[in-house]
Amino acid sequence: MLEIRFHGRGGQGTVVATILLAKAFFRAGYYVQSFPLFGVERRGAPVEAYLRLDEDHIWVRTNVYQPDHVVVMDKTLLQGIDVTMGLKPGGWILINTSSIPPNSEQFSRYRLAVVDATRIALRHRLGTRTHPIVNTAMMGALARMLEMPPLEAISKAVEEEIPVRPEQNIQAAKDAYDEVQLVGLTGPELQSSAG
Amino acid sequence: MKQVLEGSHAVAEAVRLARVNVISAYPITPQTHIVERLSDFCADGRLDARFLRVESEHSALAALIGASSTGVRTFTATSSQGLALMHELLHWASGARLPIVMAEVNRALAPGWNIWTDQTDSLAQRDTGWMQLYCETGQEVLDTTLQAYWLAETVNLPVMVILDAFFLSHTYEPVDIPSQEQVNGFLPDYQPRFQLDTRNPCAFNQLAPPNVYMEMRHNIQQAMDQVLSRFGQMEDGFGVVFGRRYGEVEPLQCDDAQIILVTSGTITSTSRALQQQLRADGERVGLLKIKLFRPFPADAVRRILGGAQKVAVIDRNCSFGAGGIFAQEVRAALCNLSARPLVFSYIAGLGGRDVTLDVLKLIYRHTKDCEHCPDDSIWMGLHEVHHAT
Repeated sequence: MLEIRFHGRGGQGTVVATILLAKAFFRAGYYVQSFPLFGVERRGAPVEAYLRLDEDHIWVRTNVYQPDHVVVMDKTLLQGIDVTMGLKPGGWILINTSSIPPNSEQFSRYRLAVVDATRIALRHRLGTRTHPIVNTAMMGALARMLEMPPLEAISKAVEEEIPVRPEQNIQAAKDAYDEVQLVGLTGPELQSSAG
Repeated sequence: MKQVLEGSHAVAEAVRLARVNVISAYPITPQTHIVERLSDFCADGRLDARFLRVESEHSALAALIGASSTGVRTFTATSSQGLALMHELLHWASGARLPIVMAEVNRALAPGWNIWTDQTDSLAQRDTGWMQLYCETGQEVLDTTLQAYWLAETVNLPVMVILDAFFLSHTYEPVDIPSQEQVNGFLPDYQPRFQLDTRNPCAFNQLAPPNVYMEMRHNIQQAMDQVLSRFGQMEDGFGVVFGRRYGEVEPLQCDDAQIILVTSGTITSTSRALQQQLRADGERVGLLKIKLFRPFPADAVRRILGGAQKVAVIDRNCSFGAGGIFAQEVRAALCNLSARPLVFSYIAGLGGRDVTLDVLKLIYRHTKDCEHCPDDSIWMGLHEVHHAT
């Protein structure tokens, strides 16, 4: 079973991203479970959502404590939240940012991937100029990072579920798939041990 | 066709497929997604029903009591304080023998203000004459909502279909949404035995003095007893169409079990995962899921638990001064057996606190290692509390 945790801010489409990815992975043949961190959501406030996927039926119905991978929809969250909490060593951290974070040694036990999803969302006029909706771009980047689900499955999920600008959302996912930088392991220890 | 569906939307799909005529509700988290989706269905024509917006939960149920009295299929949904506000009319609905179906999303009662899951809201209504069915998965939520109408209309009593806040109501997972033809093959049109009808004027709900009231209450008890005998018949019919059945209780590997965990709702799912782990380690652990709480399936509980050495009942609820409510019912069901298991009562997960694999493992270990079974409930994972002075 794979468990992925998503960090975002209310209004960026974080919960929707997990739902769409659940649908895309289900289309690709996986059993899935997705849910938000059960709280009181407000625009701009930190939100969390989770995705579980497995080839077999998923029984466990608890919160996610030790994710395999983490997705950060908003780089400003890095200052206030330990996004690596519980993250399994070697897991991916996908961050929406225009540049590799200067303090990337905090991610030294993990694999780092970065994508400028905000720029991609603005390019396709998703959301507003001040509040771009980055979720579909982040989904495309995740698909490249994990080598799943197939982009076609994401496109189908977007077509079915997003009534607003579906074509632009699909293109944003494709752009992010192409543009994401898979930095990989950043720490010296793991780089050497990984050979 | 199977699709990834939210638990709340599974309820709404079932209500649509049940061809409900009147819906009335007042929004409350975490139930809101159910009636939001239903209002969409009513607005876009996918469901030909009257959606009555009202000013409170009390009014929502009052509206349905009126609607159901005219012989139509009705639905409402609520949680927590909303259910508590309905209390008076819960008795009215069952006393008037109206087959109203309600989705009840388990949420903790305030104060302290808490929107997370906790069964005390629905279990506090256990004596109101409503059937109570506790669900574990999105599929079970959809199926049970359809089954609820069959049961309600067969014995003329209202039903609560109960699902955990968030762990079920807000969780997306694969759910098979049946076709209208399939549902019609299981659930026929509602044929009321009595209804408000200007062509056939009758008086309803009149004064019932001591010489008739007791018989009316006995009839409700008999109707509840009938549920236990009709449940299997209902599931046979359901199984023919859908190929699934749940049972009023579901025993898993209980035959050779020394210790049996008793659960309801989504704690059952995580307990299934624990059972697989423990069985792989050679532990003889069984699991009994209780789906039907009212009427209480005491015969099945006796049959399945009677032979075990120890039983651990996990309650996400508390009757203050008496402890876990499922545990009380299980103990009562077993008390007249000449040989019976020790019944441990655990309270866990109140107000949405997560009942993890580790918590369940602790419960199992404690039950296994403890020679003496305490009468009182054992509260799991309490934090140290520093009182204000």
